[in-house]
Amino acid sequence: MSILIDADTTFIVQGITGREAVNLTRECLDYGEGAKIVGGVTPGRKGREVHGVPVFDTVAQAVEHHGAPIDGSVVTVPPAFTKDAVMEALEHGIKLIVIVTERIPRRDVAQMVEKAGYVGARIIGPNCLGIIVPDVVKMGGIGGPARDAAKAYTPGPVGVISRSGGMTTEMSSTLTAAGLGQSTAVSIGGDAIIGSSYAELMGLFEADEQTQAIVIYTEPGGRMEAQLAEWVRENDSRLPIVAFMAGRFMDEMPGMSFGHAGTIVEGKADTAAEKIARLAEAGIVVAEEISQIPDIVKSKIAERSPV
Amino acid sequence: MRFFEYESRQVVKRAGIPVSPHGFATTPEEARRIAEEIAAPVVVKSQVLTGGRMKAGGVKFADTPDEAAAHAEAILQLEINGHMPRGVLVDSRVAVKQEYYAGVVWDGTRKQPVMLFSDMGGIDIEEVAETHPDHVGRRHVSNLLEVSDYQAKEVIASIGVTGSALTRATPILARLARLFVEHDMTLAEINPLAQLEDGSFVAVDAHMDMENEARPRQKALLEELGVGDEETRQAREATPFELAGEEVDAQDHRGVAGNVTEFDGNLGLVIGAGGGSLTLFDAVRAHGGKPANYCEIGGNPSVAKACGLAKLVLQKPGVDKIAVMMSIVSNTRVDIVARGVVKACLELGHDPAEKIAIFRIPGAWEEEGFKILERYGVEYCDRSVSMHEAARRAVESVERPEADRRNQNAGQDVPSEVTQ
Repeated sequence: MSILIDADTTFIVQGITGREAVNLTRECLDYGEGAKIVGGVTPGRKGREVHGVPVFDTVAQAVEHHGAPIDGSVVTVPPAFTKDAVMEALEHGIKLIVIVTERIPRRDVAQMVEKAGYVGARIIGPNCLGIIVPDVVKMGGIGGPARDAAKAYTPGPVGVISRSGGMTTEMSSTLTAAGLGQSTAVSIGGDAIIGSSYAELMGLFEADEQTQAIVIYTEPGGRMEAQLAEWVRENDSRLPIVAFMAGRFMDEMPGMSFGHAGTIVEGKADTAAEKIARLAEAGIVVAEEISQIPDIVKSKIAERSPV
Repeated sequence: MRFFEYESRQVVKRAGIPVSPHGFATTPEEARRIAEEIAAPVVVKSQVLTGGRMKAGGVKFADTPDEAAAHAEAILQLEINGHMPRGVLVDSRVAVKQEYYAGVVWDGTRKQPVMLFSDMGGIDIEEVAETHPDHVGRRHVSNLLEVSDYQAKEVIASIGVTGSALTRATPILARLARLFVEHDMTLAEINPLAQLEDGSFVAVDAHMDMENEARPRQKALLEELGVGDEETRQAREATPFELAGEEVDAQDHRGVAGNVTEFDGNLGLVIGAGGGSLTLFDAVRAHGGKPANYCEIGGNPSVAKACGLAKLVLQKPGVDKIAVMMSIVSNTRVDIVARGVVKACLELGHDPAEKIAIFRIPGAWEEEGFKILERYGVEYCDRSVSMHEAARRAVESVERPEADRRNQNAGQDVPSEVTQ
């Protein structure tokens, strides 16, 4: 099985006529069993098609055309219009929203996330590449064109959660090369406030039988790792977690942001060193190099398997 | 984006929060005039975007306007942590009965703003929270509803503040929370918030930090404060090398090839993107390498941009070689980056095989990219070589004595037309 999406998941692409969105639509249609993209929305472009996907002016039109509730939306509209697009999707019953757009002010993100919480919807991102279930379906630009994604991702027991879209693929490819496939890989986004943190996805992986271990990519900035450590302590999780921490050099450069908007050391708890300590305390192994991850995962899975 | 204290005070004031009488001066004469207007003892404070002003001698007390002018003259020439002051703030020395703290920050885990209040003002709030947690009140506020005064009242009352202090401080904290939300701040802090002998409250110092991403929609406020678009207000002023990186990135709108930060090593880096850059920079250092720079390349930049970035790094004094490395790419084309960095070497009269320590970019169009590199004898690798291993090879290449390297490469054919 997988988390968040599967072969039957229907979704729309908001901002589908943008250059990046056109590519992303092609990639998702081509990958695995082919995504069920039931429509696209760009105001004023009703009647067009993008790779055979009908374009509408409003989400309501897309839902009406589909004739049934739509599960998800990939939002690729410019930052100034993202909140509006997400509120529209939520209003029309969409429960899974992947926000690709970057540079959205966090007030907007926080408002979208709070609203989503009230209506029982989930947001992934912003500033993310989406979700991939190897060989089955992908929702977002994750892994790139179908041919490239197929090279890096393969089905298997590891759940991947990453604050970097590119590193989701690098880590999954390393796992794949070592014979370890992925159940689902989620690029959660590099911003200071995001819809779903590690801890907020752990419950789903915990309930997924296919998943036997979790690999996370993490960075300085924010308290998301402390939250994960707390989750691990509070929930007697069956899943071993292996982490990789990038941006250790940033500890010497407080107040500066590198790589992603969310990576800024504002206090002691935000540093790489402090996060590594918190993760280690919770029994999460922090790998020094990505190439070490597969062996650690294999030994952790072996430890937990009933003899 | 950080604000100077004099700007933060203005932000606070326009939100209806009382501030102590003060003025901003860029000359000793202006400082004197402000001190005369205040007509009471003043304090002259350096306006720099860095901490440790007091220790560095950037805060001085004056009893007369003449003294204020003299202090201003000295402080205006005083560099603090590498920053020259923008000016000085001449502030009245108010008779303080008690110092409080009022602040609003984001809680990224709860994804809501959190209001903070303490009756131990004047010191760092994180320190108070650690040593006297019962003296820090806090609560989250909804992102979807207006901030209500009762929420501020609850925070203040929770640490035992009552009477007129409670009723007077309540609207101040509520207004601070509203301005935090309205102006896309990531930090809004009044410390100390002083209660005067007559029972009234004034903001004596304020710190504001606005989210960079919100600058376009906060244009009105920024214009009012006189903050220009060109002011980045980063923790460290951009160096000429870093500014040149911005120029490279701005030459066209395709992808990113920039975000350069200067370091003083000998290994130039052309690396990408967000998480990949962080990983590779760490990896170089972990293997004992000395990066000359940090940078980011991604989103399929043009050949011209990749070339421009590589040239910039290659020309940086002290750079022996460059390492061109990325995590697996899907939307950036390997061949375009390869073409760009080879072109940079050639245009500067270098042999790409000599100057490029390693090229590790696997992914889209890699076959085409590797063909170009092969033609010029550049060492490259695909995804079977990890990012850390590639970084190790790059460090080894730049640290290895030249003669030794030539021996190892004996027999490898370097096309004569590119070595000349």
